[in-house]
Amino acid sequence: MRRVLPIFIVVVTAVLLVIAWFQSGGAQRREMRSANTPEQAVRLLLSQVQSHNYDAAYDRLANRTDVDKTSFMREFEGSYGSLLTYASLESFDLSPLHSTDSDADVRAHLHYSTAVGPLDDTRDMKVQKSGDVWKVVWPVSRASKLPPQVIPVNYLRWDVISRGAGEEWGVQNVDSPQVRIVSMNAIQRPDSVVLVGEVVNEDSVPAYVNVGATLLDAGGKELAQESSFDKISHVLLPKQVTPYRIDFPNMRLEKIKNVRMDAKALLVAASADPVIEINQQKMETDPLGKKVLSGSLLNQSGQIVNIPHVIAAYYDSNGKVIWVSDGYVAQALLPQIPVSFAVDVPPDIAKNVQTYRVVVNHYDTNSQS
Amino acid sequence: MKTLIAVPVVVAVVASALASEIHAPAQTSAGSAISISTGGSGDATFYLIGPASATKKKVQAGSDIGVDGDELDNSGRYIAILCASDGCTSTSFFVNPAAANRLGLLVHPSRVPTGKANGISTVAFVFDNFHNLVLKPQPIKFSITPKGGKEVSASRESQNGVAWVRISSANKEGATKIGAEIGHADEVRVVQQVAADACNLRIRASRAKENYLVETDPVRDCSGNSVPDGTVVSFTKTDSAGKTTVDVPIKRGVAKVEMPVQGQARITVASGVVTGNELEVSASR
Repeated sequence: MRRVLPIFIVVVTAVLLVIAWFQSGGAQRREMRSANTPEQAVRLLLSQVQSHNYDAAYDRLANRTDVDKTSFMREFEGSYGSLLTYASLESFDLSPLHSTDSDADVRAHLHYSTAVGPLDDTRDMKVQKSGDVWKVVWPVSRASKLPPQVIPVNYLRWDVISRGAGEEWGVQNVDSPQVRIVSMNAIQRPDSVVLVGEVVNEDSVPAYVNVGATLLDAGGKELAQESSFDKISHVLLPKQVTPYRIDFPNMRLEKIKNVRMDAKALLVAASADPVIEINQQKMETDPLGKKVLSGSLLNQSGQIVNIPHVIAAYYDSNGKVIWVSDGYVAQALLPQIPVSFAVDVPPDIAKNVQTYRVVVNHYDTNSQS
Repeated sequence: MKTLIAVPVVVAVVASALASEIHAPAQTSAGSAISISTGGSGDATFYLIGPASATKKKVQAGSDIGVDGDELDNSGRYIAILCASDGCTSTSFFVNPAAANRLGLLVHPSRVPTGKANGISTVAFVFDNFHNLVLKPQPIKFSITPKGGKEVSASRESQNGVAWVRISSANKEGATKIGAEIGHADEVRVVQQVAADACNLRIRASRAKENYLVETDPVRDCSGNSVPDGTVVSFTKTDSAGKTTVDVPIKRGVAKVEMPVQGQARITVASGVVTGNELEVSASR
């Protein structure tokens, strides 16, 4: 009887270990270790990336001599405080594009979970047969590097001195900035009502802006209240304009009689730096057949922009804002190095888009503002 | 039976005749000491309940009770109560604000575009030394001192403790001092008059190596004031490569940006809701 309990515990532990191994995809990894097909090769590589086993993943590359291991890791782990440094590869789907006896192309849809929500990436990977096994040919990064230099930056910076606690009554604070909602358009989407428009900082000081909306029914009763959350560029410099979007899920336009808009502005310390140029903006269809607005961002300053956030407003032929879409860029913006972006546009809206305007919001870990 | 009723009535009448009494002046000024006279005899407790304070002290009924000025700082209705062995009696009196000697000055907004009619609101609240609002009409002198200019003043009488003026902002940018004066009080606020929206926003383009350097003329409002540095000017270029937009803050009066151009390009400029001229440039030129 004395031996039964230890034996029972050992057996249960062993069973649990086996279950855990299966659950963590161990069996699948073992099965794929040989990578007998192009898909298996990509799946194995990405599984190893998913489990942060970069040594094994790197060993699976067909062109290790051309690819630096650190650069390879950075493709998934991020660098310079970019969004990928706050992300992990949650899952991926593969779809074969073309295959011969010696090489193949496999499309990988990577799904990251990040600090700001899900982030999807699509990569077309070339796979080569090397002996009996298939290996991934990793694209060699041709990213240009900025030579060491000094970039003088002398843009304005605004600091705020607030009213002291011991001041007399009547010694008021500096006023909040004047902001104005210049347009608002309510749109019915299949599963929601969306308010889109633009807001301008009319003042001569920077403003931290947030736009909220309350939907009212015919009786003046409040139906729902939402704010623009991150669908807006919050920090607006003097005379800067930002698009905003407010989503009301599970709402119908017919129910709404009135909308109460509220633009709140706070005076904040801010810097006019960095200036980000948005180049080569164009509406196109991406490889997945989706309508996107793509372009590239160029950081003109000497400061690294850790997490760029692109917000685009789309206008119809009457100049009315008909949609606002946004997307976070996975890479950090290094000075003078262009980084491409693409944001989705719903197909039914894309056909009515006459023109568009893009702004870049940015989150910087070492921001002084 | 008649005797049984008559005796307590007589006792009550005699007792009331000897009961404590309290008499205060009908009104006084904040911060002024007063004397409250009492009647009766023996030990008593004196309560003074004001709009913002309450005090209690042991007194001798029949003697005058001195109330210090600092017990009467707040204007309003006070109740004085005297409780002796024979019961409590009370009286009330009013403390009026003292002479006007302080001002609360609210000037709004702290920044105003130039040339805005009635753009500045100035409200003065009249107080005495003890922060009581002085309701009696008082003459207040409002003054405006533009940067590098002469003081202009006007007098207004307060109504219910408040006096106000609306002032139009000047056509010239700069800080303006707005003051109000009463008695020994003199309060000053500073309003920054800033350039209004850009007027006649114009750009020009010149070759800079492979790119075009696009820059604005000095950006000014319609009164000729320079729009402050840091104000964003949006440049948009459309060519065969697509559209390029850059939000550039004004630096030293102008905003400039370098843009690559492919083929024919159209460049536009805007600042806030104000648009400027358009340029047609060509990469080959």
